[in-house]
Amino acid sequence: MVEWTDSERAIITSIFSNLDYEEIGRKSLCRCLIVYPWTQRYFGGFGNLYNAETILCNPLIAAHGTKILHGLDRALKNMDDIKNTYAELSPLHSDKLHVDPDNFRLLADCLTVVIAAKMGPAFTVDTQVAWQKFLSVVVSALGRQYH
Amino acid sequence: MLSKQEKELIIEIWTRLTPLADRIGAEALLRMFTSYPGTKTYFSHLDITPRSAHLLSHGQKIFLALAEGSKDIANLMTNLAPLQTYHAYQLRIQPNNFKLFSHCMIVTLACFMGDRFTPSSHAAMDKYLSAFSAVPGEKFR
Repeated sequence: MVEWTDSERAIITSIFSNLDYEEIGRKSLCRCLIVYPWTQRYFGGFGNLYNAETILCNPLIAAHGTKILHGLDRALKNMDDIKNTYAELSPLHSDKLHVDPDNFRLLADCLTVVIAAKMGPAFTVDTQVAWQKFLSVVVSALGRQYH
Repeated sequence: MLSKQEKELIIEIWTRLTPLADRIGAEALLRMFTSYPGTKTYFSHLDITPRSAHLLSHGQKIFLALAEGSKDIANLMTNLAPLQTYHAYQLRIQPNNFKLFSHCMIVTLACFMGDRFTPSSHAAMDKYLSAFSAVPGEKFR
């Protein structure tokens, strides 16, 4: 089981409580598709992904970004058992969606960058450490049931 | 690999932030040391506590090397040959660490630039830092 200090819990809770899920979800997924274009392979049914501008204006991508943030919210609400929180989402991503799990790490990095840009200097070194620890646990849980 | 527009974006970012070279370089290093403690093992000879003179000076050195490299990306390997030899034969830094530093530099740039660190800027910078990071590890084998 992952051990969380009080400080780490406070940092992660605080980030989520100030987050606009729609804005940050949309920006993070768009950034991932733009910076790491191979991730577009999983979004064939999502309409026009021709270039950065069309990706940023794509409503289906925006909606999916929001969905992802709500998915992360589940981990926030179950920080002491993130592994089991994604017991169904993990095989979904592996067996049905066939997503290379290394791409979860890339999306996590994009989310970190978007939040850093939003928070500016308030995204301190210690905030980054706690946040990245949280995301690495999520990424690990999502990749857990690949076989 | 990098379009003309991407090269211009990168040069513009480094040029604009050069007055803050030591602060940005030091912050990127500090973020790396704190997020990835294994990276500290290469710096046992320096004082890498926050705001130390060593951290600022080393941070500035790295920033200026990145800024300089961006002016002639096509010839990174040639222009950085001395750095390449130094990192491979003397420092012998495990190549994956350059990726960790690149990530922390990108996070630092995002903190400083906010919304101006657009997805296109991020993509261009990520590509540039990947190309730059490949240089020190090139000579190992």
